[in-house]
Amino acid sequence: MSLTLLNAAVAVFIAICFVGLNAAYLVWCERKGAGFYQRRPGPMENGPWGLLQPPIDGVKLMTKQLLIPGGVDKAIFMVAPVLAMFPALISFVTIPFSKNIVAHPINVGVLMIFAFAALGGMSLLVAGWGSRNKYAMISSVRAVSQTVAYEIPMLITTITIVLVSGSLNLSEIAASQLGGFWKWNIWGFQEAVGYNILMPISFLIIFVCAVAETNRAPFDLGEAESELVAGFHTEYSSMGFGLFFMGEYANIVIGACLVTILFLGGWSSPVPLGFFPFTDHVGWFLLKIYMIIFVFIWIRWTFPRTTIYGLLNLSWKYLIPISLFNLLLTAALLKVF
Amino acid sequence: MSVELLLSAFIFIFLCFAIPTVMLMMVVFGPRSGGKAKNEPYESGIKHVVGMADQKFSVKFYLLAILFLIFDIEAVFMYPWAVSLRELGVFGFLEMVVFILLLLTGLIYIIKKGVLNWR
Repeated sequence: MSLTLLNAAVAVFIAICFVGLNAAYLVWCERKGAGFYQRRPGPMENGPWGLLQPPIDGVKLMTKQLLIPGGVDKAIFMVAPVLAMFPALISFVTIPFSKNIVAHPINVGVLMIFAFAALGGMSLLVAGWGSRNKYAMISSVRAVSQTVAYEIPMLITTITIVLVSGSLNLSEIAASQLGGFWKWNIWGFQEAVGYNILMPISFLIIFVCAVAETNRAPFDLGEAESELVAGFHTEYSSMGFGLFFMGEYANIVIGACLVTILFLGGWSSPVPLGFFPFTDHVGWFLLKIYMIIFVFIWIRWTFPRTTIYGLLNLSWKYLIPISLFNLLLTAALLKVF
Repeated sequence: MSVELLLSAFIFIFLCFAIPTVMLMMVVFGPRSGGKAKNEPYESGIKHVVGMADQKFSVKFYLLAILFLIFDIEAVFMYPWAVSLRELGVFGFLEMVVFILLLLTGLIYIIKKGVLNWR
């Protein structure tokens, strides 16, 4: 695929707009959702149903003082928010929204996304270390050990998908699930493998890891506001905080995209009807990712927070051994059938 | 220049323009005030900050970091194996069984040693 400079510029511009809009309006969804689950209206004042709240919040953040407290490590302190934002944006280069809507399908797309997700964990460490704040320090140690612990089961479980579809290219993985909801990887029926009962387990592991990797409740120990004020971004004001927020929501979108592509068939429509105008359309992809994000919000406002020990033990003692066995059994099934 | 590099470079350039613009807006529109209390790290209202932030913390977190290195590299080894498992056949599968069993033994040893016991 050849790519001119103009195409690349347009692709990147669309990606940035998509991330920005999503970050703004997912915050609104989150607050509305919180209101819904707690029996209160949520944001109502600005515009109909509070729909103007996100742009107003943005303006507010931009007109605040950019405070750099004394004693912080200035360079590190300023790099951290950018580092939170930039890997999330780069991951959008290879995420296929539909057959044609993809900036560039990279052959090792899955690996690339995981590599940049790890860089996002780095930003938490750097933010906490640079802040010279005790809350931020504790939070960054927690958040890094958490993202690090949940990265392993996620990496190992993704290999089961790579096994059954034989490719690391996200476009190819999604394309191999086209043609009806019974072909999606979550049910574990692939022509190459036959019926694979382990796929729902893989889906569960990846889903739990996606929630934990994005530092969301019930696994938001890094930002446990009742213990650690605001966690690693305690010292950040105005747009520094805004960038962390945008990076966080961009990561949520990427997690949802990844779950959709790996397990829920990407842009494939549930029923393959030839005359239906929206068969295998980008709309299906967006519908799926927003449903997953809705589940994320639902989980966040339903479950209480765990402890850091329980959180780390869940990964090291349960998820990692289970995912290793899951991988071996999937590989064995691939040989048997 | 490869396509990936081109796209990444574009994102980088966009960020290099976007973030200074935002920073400039904050400098132009934002208030500028200082003060001793404002300059200190946030401590929930305690007037004099006690101690430094970079204190000692539990050694368990270092152990977890080392564990992560082992398992992460292991997972990276598995990716090329997963793509080419169908060509490798039964031999490749048995090799991976040995590899994973070794690692699982390590994990069991770690758990038995009490690295993951928190008090």
